[in-house]
Amino acid sequence: MIDRDEVLHVARLARLSLSDEEVARMSGELSHVLEHVERIGELDLEGVAPTSHVVALENVLREDEPRPSIDRDRALAPAPDHSAGGFRVPSPGA
Amino acid sequence: MADPSTTADRAADPAAGHLGGPAPGDEPAERRLEPVIGLEIHVQLATRTKMFCACALSFGEEPNTRTCPVCLGHPGTLPVPNARAVHFGLMIGMALECEIALRSIFHRKNYFYPDLPKGYQISQYDTPLCAGGRLRDVRIHRVHLEEDAAKLVHEGASGRIHGAAGSVVDFNRGGTPLVEIVTEPDLRSAADAADWLRLLRVTLRQLGVSDVNMDEGSLRCDANVSLRPAGTSDLGVKTELKNMNSFRFLERGVDAEIARQEELLRAGRAVVQETLHFDPTTGSLSPLRSKEEAHDYRYLPEPDLVPLAPTPAMLRAAREALPELPAARSERFSTELGLPVDTARMLAFSAELGDFFEASVAASGDRAGADPRELANWVVGELKSSLGDADPTSSRVRPDALAELAGMVARHEISRAAGRQVLEIVAAEGGAPAAIVEARGLARAGEGELAGVVGRAVAENADAVEKVRAGKTKAMGAIVGAVMRETKGRADGEEVRRMIEERIRA
Repeated sequence: MIDRDEVLHVARLARLSLSDEEVARMSGELSHVLEHVERIGELDLEGVAPTSHVVALENVLREDEPRPSIDRDRALAPAPDHSAGGFRVPSPGA
Repeated sequence: MADPSTTADRAADPAAGHLGGPAPGDEPAERRLEPVIGLEIHVQLATRTKMFCACALSFGEEPNTRTCPVCLGHPGTLPVPNARAVHFGLMIGMALECEIALRSIFHRKNYFYPDLPKGYQISQYDTPLCAGGRLRDVRIHRVHLEEDAAKLVHEGASGRIHGAAGSVVDFNRGGTPLVEIVTEPDLRSAADAADWLRLLRVTLRQLGVSDVNMDEGSLRCDANVSLRPAGTSDLGVKTELKNMNSFRFLERGVDAEIARQEELLRAGRAVVQETLHFDPTTGSLSPLRSKEEAHDYRYLPEPDLVPLAPTPAMLRAAREALPELPAARSERFSTELGLPVDTARMLAFSAELGDFFEASVAASGDRAGADPRELANWVVGELKSSLGDADPTSSRVRPDALAELAGMVARHEISRAAGRQVLEIVAAEGGAPAAIVEARGLARAGEGELAGVVGRAVAENADAVEKVRAGKTKAMGAIVGAVMRETKGRADGEEVRRMIEERIRA
């Protein structure tokens, strides 16, 4: 069971601000998700190796060859604010 | 970045106890406290491109000119690991005698900060690339691959985070390949920690996997520090000192933290687990404002990347790329060439000096010349002081010239003092030592020439002669000095001494 405090903690980590109503709803929904996942625990998985990926591939690597970066104006264009060639953000310390 | 499986966090286990007031049966509080230090080192790899995209690495370019949708964290993009970064990671693991994981995966380390566009850093968690190694007497806990964060510049005059209205993010550095090396808490003093970090630095440099420049941040070191009663094995509560960006700061910072913790514990108070910033100008330590709840990283397997399972070919390539490493070279210098341990380390831990030394040993070769011990003394003594901070390859003194010069001194053709003069001349003007000796008349004063000089010196220093006769052998120095002055250092000190003794006893 995901209680209210846990929902608020996770919301804080995700920088989400939830209303009381949303907290209550999330508490129920997240609990359901976990319960569903817990059902997998009922399976007998003795001898089955943990899987981190659904595709049976390994070592998909890229040669260390540079390719052109994108134009700075294009990089900055979607940013809400920019200054001196950089992405301007509210100071994290403020 | 720290991860929950590091030694540091085990050290923080509250059950490890606090070292405050004496409990019944405890040793007295005056008991010596032993520092326990572990290091976490971040190494920027000297690849051409970033860890997960093909943007070239940045060396002071204009901000945000080395970015792409991948390293800017745009939705829908996919990371692809850099093969050379993996290769370098394997080389580091092998050089540190680690076990290479047959299969390792990447994880997302989640936290919100403007230097991290995706909201997570791709790192490794419970299956690092390498684990369980050793360098000298320090055990390596793990070595893993990850990506560097972007650079934040805080607006305002101070450039400090506090009071800044806004910050500007430069993503050129974001995504640079990093290797994180975590040691076990095996270091016992600040000086030892700095010494070990020097060894690690030359080792990485010799591997050619990084610029290892602490000023420029390509080698960064955090230290975990705790104290415990000497002779016990439990770990005390530790603090983490961030970003010690020079060997000197590391040493001073750790020393300051040891002193601070000792004072707390002696007063019966507890050390609080926290992250500290060392201010090298004031020597003070202050808690860093934490990236809020940053310890709750909610690691999850990176679904965008498949596992790394180094193939025999990848392992062989990494092993074949390993050069002789400083620790092994130092060992070889002392066991095979008979150098004292300190000299061997000095030469082996500076790749350039070590190369120069070996080239001069080779040049000395079969000619009757100076033996390796003498050559080593010339290299770490006279040559090193004439170089200052310069690289020996930039010096006019070539290894064969040094071998020739040291050989002439060893064969008593010139005095050591004259040898020093010749070295200075070669360093300043270039040229062959033998020719310089010839042209400047620096050949050793022969016995015939010396006989007259010694006779005069004995006659003119009657006082000193009396003292020597009375057993005050120190007085000999004045007479030797007189001979040296007159021969302008060309005489061999031992020979002069012997001739003076003979003359006085006669």
